[in-house]
Amino acid sequence: MTGLVSAHSVVDPSPQVKRIAAFVVIGYALITLVPLLWIVMTGFKSPSDAIAYPPKIVAEPTVEGYCNLFTTRTRQAPEYMAKLPPAAGMCDRISRERNMVIAGPSNYIPRYVNSLVIAFGSTALSIVLGTLAAYAFSRFKVPLKDDLLFFILSTRMMPPIAVAIPIYLMYRELGLSDTKLGMILLYTSVNISLAVWLLKGFMDEIPREYEEAAMVDGYTRLQAFFKVVLPQATTGIVATAIFCLIFAWNEYAFAVLLTSGTAQTAPPFIPIIIGEGGQDWPAVAAGTTLFLIPIVVFTVVLRKHLLRGITFGAVRK
Amino acid sequence: MTNQTGLSGLVDRAALVTPPVVARRVRGLSERAIAWLFITPTMLLLLAINIFPLIWTIRLSFTNYRANRPNAAVLDVGLANYQSILTDPDVWAAMTVTARFVFWSILIQTMLGFTLAWLIDKKFRGHGLWTTLILLPMMLSPAVVGNFWTFLYQPQTGLFNYVVSAVTGAPASSFQMLAQVPLAPWAIVIVDTWMWTPYVMLICLAGLRSIPDYIYEAAEVDRASPWRQFWSITLPMALPFIMLAVLFRGIENFKMFDMVNLLTGGGPGSTTEVASITLKREAFEKWRTGYSSAFAIILFVTVFGLANIYVKALNRVKSR
Repeated sequence: MTGLVSAHSVVDPSPQVKRIAAFVVIGYALITLVPLLWIVMTGFKSPSDAIAYPPKIVAEPTVEGYCNLFTTRTRQAPEYMAKLPPAAGMCDRISRERNMVIAGPSNYIPRYVNSLVIAFGSTALSIVLGTLAAYAFSRFKVPLKDDLLFFILSTRMMPPIAVAIPIYLMYRELGLSDTKLGMILLYTSVNISLAVWLLKGFMDEIPREYEEAAMVDGYTRLQAFFKVVLPQATTGIVATAIFCLIFAWNEYAFAVLLTSGTAQTAPPFIPIIIGEGGQDWPAVAAGTTLFLIPIVVFTVVLRKHLLRGITFGAVRK
Repeated sequence: MTNQTGLSGLVDRAALVTPPVVARRVRGLSERAIAWLFITPTMLLLLAINIFPLIWTIRLSFTNYRANRPNAAVLDVGLANYQSILTDPDVWAAMTVTARFVFWSILIQTMLGFTLAWLIDKKFRGHGLWTTLILLPMMLSPAVVGNFWTFLYQPQTGLFNYVVSAVTGAPASSFQMLAQVPLAPWAIVIVDTWMWTPYVMLICLAGLRSIPDYIYEAAEVDRASPWRQFWSITLPMALPFIMLAVLFRGIENFKMFDMVNLLTGGGPGSTTEVASITLKREAFEKWRTGYSSAFAIILFVTVFGLANIYVKALNRVKSR
């Protein structure tokens, strides 16, 4: 085998093995990135280029998809079009070439804002409640703790549709149907089991001696929690927050069943963007691209935290 | 469901087991008050939005209640809902579709995910960057991205059909991934594999990295072949992690709703109608609330039971 003369350690694979591994992994990565690239590219194609055969890799770029995403348009007779004042902007000009007039803004931006409010709202709530509960579970020897934690986790085994039935009835009674508050509470209740579970692990890693020392110095338990434990737990809190945020941002099943108007988020809205004669694929692609960008940025910038969070559950269990 | 009474006793006992010496020395709020203060909000939220609805579902499952007729008389039907679900051939068909989907998607993802993790663990140059790129599909919304796959699967013009026809020579319009009975289940397995292989890969990677180097060094000293090292060190030591990935993915795919709803909606016919789709139809299209509540409970008990049996097997492997 590689023997003792080689520079690398016994367990380090040979350069040849590394080359083959790199070749296969990079090949897999490139193939799986094609659908994502195709989404971004389709967003900049005209509707006819998007459904051309054979598929066009290079097409004349246009922002028509983005214009269609943000506006609603109506078809008008040529006589009416001729009487209009000159086009006011790029989107105006593009739609007039297709004998359309912009009628107003579409619902995309309100839906996107809903997604932001609900995702950040439920994440903040999950983290605040989760941190407090995790601290209590971590520091006070709560009897029945394991049973309780397992019960909390087991509620995640319910199919979302099954949970949606009673939630739908309950929200109808309480007037929470199709409200942002209702969705924030629902996503918080789904996220909090994961948040408590992850955060308790991070809290367990912080030595008790830190707070005990602070308390000997005259801090109360609460002061020790806020001034000693919380700063130590920042990494864990960030990792947990990313998870809650991604779940709430991506969630579809509850959103499609429980919201229809004022509180609808982007995931149920994007698939129903339609143009004349079926789905307007460039507009769908544009909406998808804008929806994916925050998560892609998050994943790349915060990958260290993410990897820790994902593998954490597996390693600890 | 004795959680409500269990909870108050729980916090009291929590305070009791805290050493009295420390408790007396602390000024401000007592330990017991803090335990109460910290745990109660979470428990209230879970009681209101997880446990109370679950009890309500159980109650509804014994009635003929329909959510679209709130004023109609609600009759107790006993176990009739459960009986008709367990004897309904459509329900069994949906369970079979679900089981097939779970089996094939998990099998492919596990083999692919473990292979990738094993290769990444060779630590070639730049493996960190490529690992991050491989992760991207699993971070994105299954619904939004799944919806875009219907575009890639377009029979005439979709990129998927084009690539397949370029590789195999079959005309791109000769097959429809989402509309043909033999192909539709595979269309869903492909998207699920594309999206979730990275997750299996990550957990396997954590497993492979937990194997200490000295074991391999010892094997090297004993002149064990790479083949032998793989089968007697790498695989057995990573097995608990592989099994854990299978458990997490299995639970998720058993509940699968968003991707199937957007890709095929259960069609063509009912070839891809997984249990969640049937449940949605019964609950939110036919509005048979009582019936679908019973179905929901049956599904929950099934996942819960299977997961428990599996976790026992997992613990046996881990303690070996």
